[in-house]
Amino acid sequence: MLRPRVTPCLLIHDSGLVKTVRFKDAKYVGDPINAVRIFNEKEADELIVLDIDATVLGQEPNYQRISYLASECRMPLCYGGGIRNAEQAKRIISLGVEKVAISAVALENPKIITEIAEEVGCQSVVVVLDIKKKLLSKTYEVWVHNAKKNTKRDVIEVIQEVQALGVGEVVVNFIDHDGRMKGYDIDMIVKIKKIMQVPFTVLGGAGSLNDMGEVIAQCGLVGLAAGSLFVFKGTYKAVLINYPNQSLKNEYIYEKYHV
Amino acid sequence: MIVIINYGLGNIQAFVNMYKDLHIPVKVAKSASDLLGASKLILPGVGAFDHAMQSFNDSGMRSEVERLVLIEKTPILGICVGMQMLTNVSDEGQEQGLGWVKGKVTAFTSHIDCARFPSPHMGWNDVAPFANNPIFKDFTEDARFYFLHSYFFECTDVGQSIATTDYGLSFCCAVANENIYGVQFHPEKSHHFGVQLLKNFAEL
Repeated sequence: MLRPRVTPCLLIHDSGLVKTVRFKDAKYVGDPINAVRIFNEKEADELIVLDIDATVLGQEPNYQRISYLASECRMPLCYGGGIRNAEQAKRIISLGVEKVAISAVALENPKIITEIAEEVGCQSVVVVLDIKKKLLSKTYEVWVHNAKKNTKRDVIEVIQEVQALGVGEVVVNFIDHDGRMKGYDIDMIVKIKKIMQVPFTVLGGAGSLNDMGEVIAQCGLVGLAAGSLFVFKGTYKAVLINYPNQSLKNEYIYEKYHV
Repeated sequence: MIVIINYGLGNIQAFVNMYKDLHIPVKVAKSASDLLGASKLILPGVGAFDHAMQSFNDSGMRSEVERLVLIEKTPILGICVGMQMLTNVSDEGQEQGLGWVKGKVTAFTSHIDCARFPSPHMGWNDVAPFANNPIFKDFTEDARFYFLHSYFFECTDVGQSIATTDYGLSFCCAVANENIYGVQFHPEKSHHFGVQLLKNFAEL
C-alpha cells in the first residue's frame, strides 16, 4: 500500500531555519543542516526545504547550499526558492535533489512547468500554491511572494491548469492556518482532492498527528506536510526538532486510511 | 570497489554516503578510465528517459560499462530511470535503451485511473520480493521503499522480474538478469531498507 507521506517543511530565511505564523513573524529555529541530520535519524518520509528570500529578492537559487543539503539528506528532498527557468531546475536536480518546487513563476508563466518537466521529468516538478479565502466568498485565491501579492486567481482553476501542463505534485499551503497549529482546513482539502490527478500535499495548520489522521480519514491519500509540528514542542512552543516514529504514524495516520 | 557511474544524473553523493557509512569502498566514475577496478557498478538516474540515455551516451563511459557488464559480467544496479534504461524502449521517449533486460517502459496513466491513483507514483510503498533473490536477503520486516516515477517497467520475461509493488496494478519494481539488476525505487533515499539493499548488492 502506498502510504500517505508525512513531510516536514523547512523554511530558510537569512541562511537560518525559521518558522512563521500566517507567513509573518519569522522565528529563528536553528540551523538547516542540523535539522536535516535529525530528520535523517528519525527516518522522515521526505523533506521540503523552501528558501523564502530568493524569489522576493530576485536572487538565484543558492546552489552551494542546495548541494550541501542534498548531500546530507538521506530522504527524498524537494527544494524551492528562486527557480525561474528550466536550466536552474535541471542544475538543482543534478545536485541530488529529487523534486524542485516553483510558485510565483508558475503563475506568471505557466508554460515553465512543461519546460521543466521536459528537462527533469514531470515527477520532479512541484507547484506550491499559497492560498487564502477570499473575503465574503467561498473561493480561495492564490497569493505569491510570501503572501504579499494576490494573483486573484482561483485555486481550483490554477490547479486544473497546472495539471494539464504536466506538474508532478501540487502542494497547497493555507496562509491563514500557517503556524497556528489548530488543524488543517479539511473542507477545502476535500474540495481540492476531488479534482486532483497528481499527488496532492497539504500544508498549514497541523498541530498534532490527530490533525493529520483527520485529513486521511476524510480525504484518503493526501501528502501531509507541516512546519511547526516538527520544530516546536509543548504549549510554549520550545524549539525541538521532532518527528513521529513508525508506530505512531501507523496508529494516528495509516490506520485512518481506508482504500 | 563499488563504482557509481556519474553521467550527470541522479544523486551520486547519496550512494557515496551510504557506502561510506557501511565502510564499503566506493568511488565515483566520470570517465571511462575511472571505471578501472570496479567490482560492482551503480547506474543512478532521475528525470526523463531520453535525457538520461543521451547523457549516458555522451558521457564517454558507455562502451567501457558495456564491456564490464556484458563480457566481464560485473554486477550492475540500475536505479529508477537507471533501471528503465536497462530495457529497449520507453513510451517516454524515442531513444534506444541498453537492451539488457527484456521489456518496455510504459506510463501509469495508460493503465490506471489517475483520479484514484494519482500519477506520478510518489512515496513509500511495499515491495514484495520473490524468487529469493540475494539483493532482498536479510529483510527482517516487510520491505518498503521510496518511489518517484510516472513510468514503469513492463517485464516481458517473467523470470527476470524479482519483486512487485501494487499501485492500481501490480507492477515489476525490481529486475535481475544474471549480473544485471535494476530497481524502480530509490534505495539511496529509503533509510534502513535502502541500506540493507545496497549492502546486499555490495556483497553479491
